[in-house]
Amino acid sequence: MNPRLTRNQLVRRGAAGLTVLSLPGLLAACGGGDDGGGGDSSGEVAKVLNFANWPLYIDVDDQTKRRPTLDAFTAKTDIKVNYFEEINDNAEYFAKVQGPLSQGQGIDRDIFVFTDNSRFPGLLVDQGWVQKLDKELIPNISNLIDAQASPPFDPNREYSLPWQSGMTGIAWNEDVTGPVESIEQLLEDPKLKGKVTMLMELADSVGLTILANGDDPATVDDDVFNRAADRIQAAVGSGQIRRFTGNDYAQALTGGDLAASVAWSGDVIQLLLDNPNLKWAVPKDGGMIWTDNMFIPTGGSVPTASTYMNYVYEPAVAAKLAAAINYVTPVKGAREELAKSDAKTANNTLIFPDDELLTQLHQYDSAALNNQEHITRWQQVLGQ
Amino acid sequence: MGSFFHRRKGLVPYLLLSPGLAWLAIFFIVPLAYLGYQSLKSGIFPTYEFTWEFSNYTEAVSDYHPQLVRSFVYAGIATVACLVLAYPLVYWIAFRAGRWRNLFLLAIVAPFFVTYLIRTLAWLNILADEGPVVGLLQWTHVLGEDERLLATTFAVIAGITYNFLPFMALPIYVSLEQIEPRLLEAAKDLYASPVQAFLRVTLPLSAPGIVAGTLLTFIPAAGDFINAELLGTPKQQMIGNVIQAKFLESLDYPTAASLSFILMAAILVAVLAYARVVGSEKLTG
Repeated sequence: MNPRLTRNQLVRRGAAGLTVLSLPGLLAACGGGDDGGGGDSSGEVAKVLNFANWPLYIDVDDQTKRRPTLDAFTAKTDIKVNYFEEINDNAEYFAKVQGPLSQGQGIDRDIFVFTDNSRFPGLLVDQGWVQKLDKELIPNISNLIDAQASPPFDPNREYSLPWQSGMTGIAWNEDVTGPVESIEQLLEDPKLKGKVTMLMELADSVGLTILANGDDPATVDDDVFNRAADRIQAAVGSGQIRRFTGNDYAQALTGGDLAASVAWSGDVIQLLLDNPNLKWAVPKDGGMIWTDNMFIPTGGSVPTASTYMNYVYEPAVAAKLAAAINYVTPVKGAREELAKSDAKTANNTLIFPDDELLTQLHQYDSAALNNQEHITRWQQVLGQ
Repeated sequence: MGSFFHRRKGLVPYLLLSPGLAWLAIFFIVPLAYLGYQSLKSGIFPTYEFTWEFSNYTEAVSDYHPQLVRSFVYAGIATVACLVLAYPLVYWIAFRAGRWRNLFLLAIVAPFFVTYLIRTLAWLNILADEGPVVGLLQWTHVLGEDERLLATTFAVIAGITYNFLPFMALPIYVSLEQIEPRLLEAAKDLYASPVQAFLRVTLPLSAPGIVAGTLLTFIPAAGDFINAELLGTPKQQMIGNVIQAKFLESLDYPTAASLSFILMAAILVAVLAYARVVGSEKLTG
């Protein structure tokens, strides 16, 4: 099972002992479901926006439990937002929606979010299961940072816009171990035996190991992939790796069952608030960076979704989101906006990475993400 | 009127059966046929084509027989452990608990008002390396300083045993409760020792409960994946984990479907062999 356990603040609840796991949903793989579309595919802006996102991946007011940026959007545009925290895992969510989408049916959602280090953004675009954005309605697209302007699955950003980005590195618990700053140490230091985890997401764990092998994750051929898979497999065989996880590493890491984990940046920033003994670093051979992207599925209302995307690309709104969820914003000017009210967060390089950090971060070869042999081999490394 | 019903009487059982049969047809036969159809496809997602690809089955067995064997070993050990734990427990409740019977039965069932997942997650805390159980075992030198319970074979089998205990306990309780006390008195009158009375009266009369309990435990346990997922490591993954990952992670529907059939067939064979050994009349009491 993948990061089907959730993201972000939920990690903190996980640390408190409550983890969420979505049930098998084997039936979901059979597709089906209702055929209701989310609204007009073209034409008028609808009264309601149905937005599917990862759990607790948006600002929430602790007292009122309302979501201020969504409320402000409704006040401004008169569009009510139904916000569904229903994506726990790229593959699993894709398995759920691919049935209706492959039949040309809507899924009653106007926006959903997929991560670029999975094969699904490419599949969605290639299969024609997502619609083009109405860029006329998104003048704020000019605020998209240059690094995100041309991803391989959507070179002209015709179908997608980034929601947030995040980094994959190593987190460790200082009560249990000294610094763990390389994959070599994580996978091969006998002192950490049985006390480390890696992420189930192929691009995260294999990507970091490819870097540790001195190979380039941007060009992954079979040799490069197998060298990394072999190295991880050996660490499973020796008992070094205890488990592969979604972000359910949090509970065990803060509790001291684990010494170190391959971990996502935003998660650890959240955990740090309650656990000052946690540390997170980009491994010395380099870290991975990934981006969650908003898409408009078949049947979704393009004008409504585009109106919302324009809204979150206002720097002031992006600043509020970044401050609340601690991942990396793709919006220019958000940092300057945030510096006015919260200088400390604005200077956190894990939320606003500086150039020095960015040079250490790598993206996984998008063409290799869809390699069925790699996917099968990876499942075998996971014991599945 | 009377003669109408009289003549139609032969139809009544079928009319009564029809909702159940329709249910089975729609929710069992049709999905099963669809699963069989999926299992014979070839290609890669999203374009699978039906090609009578029987090699899906042979490849699935050759790639995943370790997980398949492991599932049956784990399920078998857990079933025996459930029997050993449940029998004395419900024996005591049935014969010794008196008016507290229902309370104790409720105590067996009560944890199961909580969802399966949460119950299993609770074991993460109970068995944690820094938790009290491991601490006590290390202090008493049952476990070595570096040894652990969580993420071991023991934890997975213990989790399965815990989760399926009521499925073993309740059928045995029902068969024990129905035993006529006068049969035991008669055994005593005929100079049977308590052990002999148990072995020759109580145990045979509770056999239907034992058979039902073992089947109700073993069958779902063999397909379980939550315990291996949460309490195990990659070395403890069961066939349920593989099927789950094939369906939802790699979107490899043909392999997932053929593995599902292989699991079903293997369970069927195991159950038939078991029924043959214990005698099928025990299944129905």
